[in-house]
Amino acid sequence: MDAERLAVNLPGLSLKNPIMPASGCFAFGKEFGALYDLDQLGAIVLKSVTRESRFGNPTPRVTETASGMLNAIGLQNPGVDRLVAEVLPELARRHRAPIIANVAGSTFEDYVYVAERLSASGFVSALELNISCPNVKAGGLQFGTDPEIAARLTEKVKAVSAVPVYVKLSPNVTDIVAVAKAVEEAGADGLSMINTLVGMRIDVKTMRPVLANATGGLSGPAIKPIAIRMIYEVSQKVKLPIIGMGGIRTADDVIEFLLAGASAVAVGTANFVDPFAMPAIIKALPEKLDALNVRRVTELIGRSWKPCGTA
Amino acid sequence: MMRVERMTVVANRSIARNIFELTVTGELARRVQAPGQFVHIRPEAAGTLLRRPISICRVDGDQKRLTVVFRAEGSGTKALAACRVGDALDVFGPLGNGFPTDRLASGAHALIVGGGIGVPPLYELSKRLAARGVAVMHVLGFRSACDVFYEDAFSALGPTWIATEDGSRGFKGRVTDVIAGEGLRYDAMFACGPRPMLQALAAMRGDKPLFLSLEERMGCALGACFACVVRVKDDETGTAYRKICADGPIFEAGEVVF
Repeated sequence: MDAERLAVNLPGLSLKNPIMPASGCFAFGKEFGALYDLDQLGAIVLKSVTRESRFGNPTPRVTETASGMLNAIGLQNPGVDRLVAEVLPELARRHRAPIIANVAGSTFEDYVYVAERLSASGFVSALELNISCPNVKAGGLQFGTDPEIAARLTEKVKAVSAVPVYVKLSPNVTDIVAVAKAVEEAGADGLSMINTLVGMRIDVKTMRPVLANATGGLSGPAIKPIAIRMIYEVSQKVKLPIIGMGGIRTADDVIEFLLAGASAVAVGTANFVDPFAMPAIIKALPEKLDALNVRRVTELIGRSWKPCGTA
Repeated sequence: MMRVERMTVVANRSIARNIFELTVTGELARRVQAPGQFVHIRPEAAGTLLRRPISICRVDGDQKRLTVVFRAEGSGTKALAACRVGDALDVFGPLGNGFPTDRLASGAHALIVGGGIGVPPLYELSKRLAARGVAVMHVLGFRSACDVFYEDAFSALGPTWIATEDGSRGFKGRVTDVIAGEGLRYDAMFACGPRPMLQALAAMRGDKPLFLSLEERMGCALGACFACVVRVKDDETGTAYRKICADGPIFEAGEVVF
């Protein structure tokens, strides 16, 4: 088989295939690394890290919904200094797959501090800026809903980062294209989209919210059509490569995201349903390409809207 | 080592009100290491998305069989209750640490306390402790007579007291009433059940070790999603935690805040 068939090259990321975990669904790699070789993946994407360590929200933190789940973990993480000192060296030593670190914060200074530390650590190939966490009061969502603030943050982080910066967009906005354009102008190297949608469940017996945090981020197949639509819109208006995510479970889902305009994809909730979901998708992809008479995955990118005969 | 396997249903029956005993066969059963471990089952027929964490009630490695006992409550567990012999079931496991069985010497006394749907994992525990020569006693609490299960199975291993909230079977009252009322003496206590019950047991254990099994809503059950964390006792940093799925579900009282 042509080893290059699944390969995708993005700023800072030489991906042997377009499949990677979605931030927050994969911790810092160790747990899934006990199940399979993470070097099968295109990249390893880490859970959000903040300046200080965080415990996160009270439990219950997750609940199932129709074709999806709500989570309100609350950015639990050991803090960037411990991540860099204790977690990253081991992860980088064990794996060759590029590592993407996800940066969260509640002030400009926090983001800049975390981004600078991660970039300088030498362990990560790219940063993903979480400006869209819906689950903490000052968790960055305010940075992701206002195009001007998103742009200013992108600029500040770009100024201290030696590695490419992907900005993770929130779907909880009226005009996602406006945010995408703003961060593109501010120097972002790529986008990842979409983060979860804010949702809620109420227990009809107790008559109280199911999640301790009341609201949570909706993920899973339920949000896939929204992700597809947003990537379809954004990819036609900006030149940045897009890492797509939102309810991907199968190789067909991956192809759908690429057709919409994503250059690579991240798998989140599906890892909880089938812990071997990503290796299974990677294995299934070549046959799907054969069936479509497509030689390389890159030929699929944006094909749903590109004029016929162009690639 | 944990694995995902399509196991085959070999038995499924109702044993009390809304309580089902489901036995499946497959290689995974050989991998169960300790009582109190759990499996993460995907009830595909329900059309639901996530798996359901259910503790292992008994295991026979030689026969490659494991049994879970659960309450049919939501759509997922109702679909499991409807499973028929021969059906394939998507099972991930075994998961979690399990109860320690080597902390008591032969001849020591173990008090095993269960409440409602917390009772099942205690059966395999009691069997293994009894096999090591530990004298096992059981105090099992249920809501009402029609909710009681496994009374005979536990009685075959050691003295067993049943408590029901309405007094329709055994003692009227709570498991703690039985322990105090009967003046039960023990070298270590093992418990699984609702948190108020576990809290009451922790308060009455004195200087004896108490191993308890905690429950929480889970996502991955692998330690990657941080859904099921508990705080660590006397933690000055404010951010120390244990994951119930991966560090637990069994903890020694005093280790975590519950």
